[in-house]
Amino acid sequence: MFGKLSWDAVPLHEPIVMYTLAIVGLMGFALVGTVTWKRKWGYLWREWFTSVDHKKIGCMYIIVALVMLLRGFSDAIMMRTQQAMASSGGPGYLPPEHYDQIFTAHGVIMIFFMAMPFVVGLMNIVVPLQIGARDVAYPFLNALSFWLFVVGAALVNISLGVGEFARTGWVAYPPLSELGYSPGVGVDYYIWSLQISGIGTLLTGVNFFVTILKMRTEGMTLFKMPVFTWNALCTSVLILAAFPILTATLLMLTLDRYLGMHFFTNEAGGNPMMYVNLIWAWGHPEVYILILPAFGIFSEIAATFSSKRLFGYVSLVWATISITILSFIVWLHHFFTMGAGANVNAFFGIMTMIIAVPTGVKIFTWLFTMYRGRVRFETPMLWTLGFIVTFSIGGMTGVLLAVPGADFLLHNSLFLIAHFHNVIIGGAVFGYMAGLTYWFPKAFGFRLNDRLGRIAFWCWLIGFYFAFMPSYVLGFMGMTRRLNHFDNPAWQPWLLLELVGVGIILCGVSAQALQLYVSIRNRAKYRDLTGDPWDGRTLEWATASPPPFYNFAEQPKVNDLDAYWGMKERGVSTLSHTDYRAIHMPRNTSAGLVISIFALICSFALVWHIWWLAIFGLVASVVAMVVRSYDEDIDYFVPAQEVARIEKARLKDLAEA
Amino acid sequence: MKRIIGYGLTYLATSVVLAGCNLIVFNPKGQVAKDERDLIILATGLMLLVVIPVIVMTFLFAWRYRATNKKARYSPRWASSHKIEAVVWGVPFLIICVLGWVTWETTHALDPYRPLDSDVPPVNVQVVATDWKWLFIYPDLGIASVNELALPVNTPVSFTVTSDAAMTSFFIPALGGQIYAMAGMQTKLHLIANEAGQYRGIAANYNGHGFSDMHFSTLALNGADYDAWVNKVRNTPQKLDQNSYAELAKPSVAHPITYYSKVQERLFLNIVDKYEGMNKAPRPTGSQVQRNSDDKRVDQQPSLLAEER
Repeated sequence: MFGKLSWDAVPLHEPIVMYTLAIVGLMGFALVGTVTWKRKWGYLWREWFTSVDHKKIGCMYIIVALVMLLRGFSDAIMMRTQQAMASSGGPGYLPPEHYDQIFTAHGVIMIFFMAMPFVVGLMNIVVPLQIGARDVAYPFLNALSFWLFVVGAALVNISLGVGEFARTGWVAYPPLSELGYSPGVGVDYYIWSLQISGIGTLLTGVNFFVTILKMRTEGMTLFKMPVFTWNALCTSVLILAAFPILTATLLMLTLDRYLGMHFFTNEAGGNPMMYVNLIWAWGHPEVYILILPAFGIFSEIAATFSSKRLFGYVSLVWATISITILSFIVWLHHFFTMGAGANVNAFFGIMTMIIAVPTGVKIFTWLFTMYRGRVRFETPMLWTLGFIVTFSIGGMTGVLLAVPGADFLLHNSLFLIAHFHNVIIGGAVFGYMAGLTYWFPKAFGFRLNDRLGRIAFWCWLIGFYFAFMPSYVLGFMGMTRRLNHFDNPAWQPWLLLELVGVGIILCGVSAQALQLYVSIRNRAKYRDLTGDPWDGRTLEWATASPPPFYNFAEQPKVNDLDAYWGMKERGVSTLSHTDYRAIHMPRNTSAGLVISIFALICSFALVWHIWWLAIFGLVASVVAMVVRSYDEDIDYFVPAQEVARIEKARLKDLAEA
Repeated sequence: MKRIIGYGLTYLATSVVLAGCNLIVFNPKGQVAKDERDLIILATGLMLLVVIPVIVMTFLFAWRYRATNKKARYSPRWASSHKIEAVVWGVPFLIICVLGWVTWETTHALDPYRPLDSDVPPVNVQVVATDWKWLFIYPDLGIASVNELALPVNTPVSFTVTSDAAMTSFFIPALGGQIYAMAGMQTKLHLIANEAGQYRGIAANYNGHGFSDMHFSTLALNGADYDAWVNKVRNTPQKLDQNSYAELAKPSVAHPITYYSKVQERLFLNIVDKYEGMNKAPRPTGSQVQRNSDDKRVDQQPSLLAEER
């Protein structure tokens, strides 16, 4: 009846897990209680859960990303503590079976459920505004993408309390991830959470590809698009080309585990090397999916806070395009040590180095944007400067790892760990934090507390150097990744230093939490009525903060790269209209949420082999999709009087500002 | 409080000094590791040619063009310069050309499959990674050991590596780079120890529960010491055949060092072959049947291993 699921699946004997669950449960009850007490369920349902508004979906993505950041960061604290404790022969406090799940969950959560939704969330909030559109091309699909992603995140978190998570590392190499070596449900949770959220990501790629190509406002040719939008376009192309590989690879692993096939097993003709190739054929473009939007954010911020045009826009765009293409022909550098011939290794090594050229060009572009500018050291600019320095170091160690002869010594060591945290934290995450600070006033209409933002930046920056520079040293000392315990006192001081670094980052994360709390409580004080708090250059700053749900009463005409900057210089207002017209908008729908709930039921049932429930979930989600497809009442017109009323209120705000 | 800080600083200083001696990568004990270290230093140096100016320019530009500095030139419309763009594309390109050439050359020179140039004939070692221990078979001597590898100094070693479980990586950091150990497949690695000593060997790729304890000691021994070690192994009672191997291959964590005075012929190839092609999962079979099927396969597909020819 319930497949493999029984009460044994709940880890009652694991005190750490049970305490965590108790705390999460209490917080959940408090949240539900507050919402009920304040009678906000109806509001949440109408305005958020059923919304197809790209800005609200973007905000929800980022909220989930921040929650998952806390989860992934807790895993990091546990791992660092374990390694600092267990470096002189002691066992530490986490046995391998628990520790192995933690490092797997940390990687999966940080990549798929923190970084990805952060990127997609920022793209959602910003891209339609930057191109002067009223929404994305497929608003319902956008909501469905979001809720499918939530299903993936929910599955990972359910695995904490019901059953276990994978103990394979975040890319789940077979044969370790095959039934023979991982008979539990951990890998199944891994497969289904990535598969479902991966479908959501793929749909996002489709959506933004079409949105950017088809929905730009009048006059915005491709080479007048803001750089962030260019990066979002390249990211969408990467998603479109790379995520089907992930889907197919996971499907083959699923067939191995569920139907006894032998794609990647050791025996019966299976070939684990094929999985390693496929997962990195997706995995390498994936890291560019994470970093390209961050590059776009830094470009916007560098130009805005230098009060100057972006240097070398055309160079920058071509650099982005060449990175997009090159990222598909470097995957083998993740396994030079598999025994491919010297020619193959050298080819992939050199291709990897070539990527350093356009990346270097980008860095110089930001530097020469500051050159002859008026640089304002607001928080987003601080993140940008911290990024340029940190990322240069990370890029250098990356090219070093691309030299096969050097990689033979450094592969799988903490040097590698230091490198990719150097580029993912010092590159991608710094970019997301900068973007969050930069666009928060646009999304919510008030700024974040500046002082706490600066404290958070400095804690993150200093904490990062303490937490990961010792890893480079430990890599040179021959320490490999994923060790649970070891007997080498020489490593301990460095691991303690890393633990200190994690503590400093924790201060940064706390400062950010406090910043959100303080800013929301004092939102009246931080209110921005102008819609343009940073003296921005692109179209998103031309409308109100938060923008009305239709974004622009009349879509702006563009004849300049820095469209809004040009308008301000020429004294053209986007608001001086009197003849408002009715606006065509999509209706809210609960279909995305409903389909995803059935998908959650289906995937949970598949993890536990509850076949009847899985069939029910699958059929129900397909039926929900069909019902939605026959729904013809999916759009409406906002009457001209309503538009006029909203725009008048905005003009009044502007007059007060 | 002061004392705590003082104590902490002393501790840190001592450990930094100690770390200098513990940086295995910068303290190689064999020619291969030495060449790989030199390559790391050369490549880093080349890249610093760009990275240091970038970091300096970041601070310099940010400070010089800070908004409060009204003396600095402000050109809000200045956004392109062919000269600068030629330099920012050109300089990284040139450095990558040099580094690419270095990469091509060194990747061939340091190819783990390439036998080392030496007048001394190489020692052959067959390496089997099982859950979670290392088995070393010396085919020329007919002996084997678990979790201890002895090598004569200044003699090239030719490793043939496979796995009888999940994939992992065979790595002796002091002697040089690593190679994956994969079931049903053989990979090759050539190393040399130029200094006598005891070096740590590890499984460098996570492969499950017992991963953290899957390490071995590498003894680089002078001629006489090496002969003594071989004699010690030859005088142990245990022998390694299909049955005792099956027992050994069962998952175990932190397996004690074990010696085998005699190894069944072709044991290594049997371990590789049982996964080969469309063979079903490993199953214990009678040695008679096993041998017959092996002979047949050898006829069809001559072994790639020099020592098996």
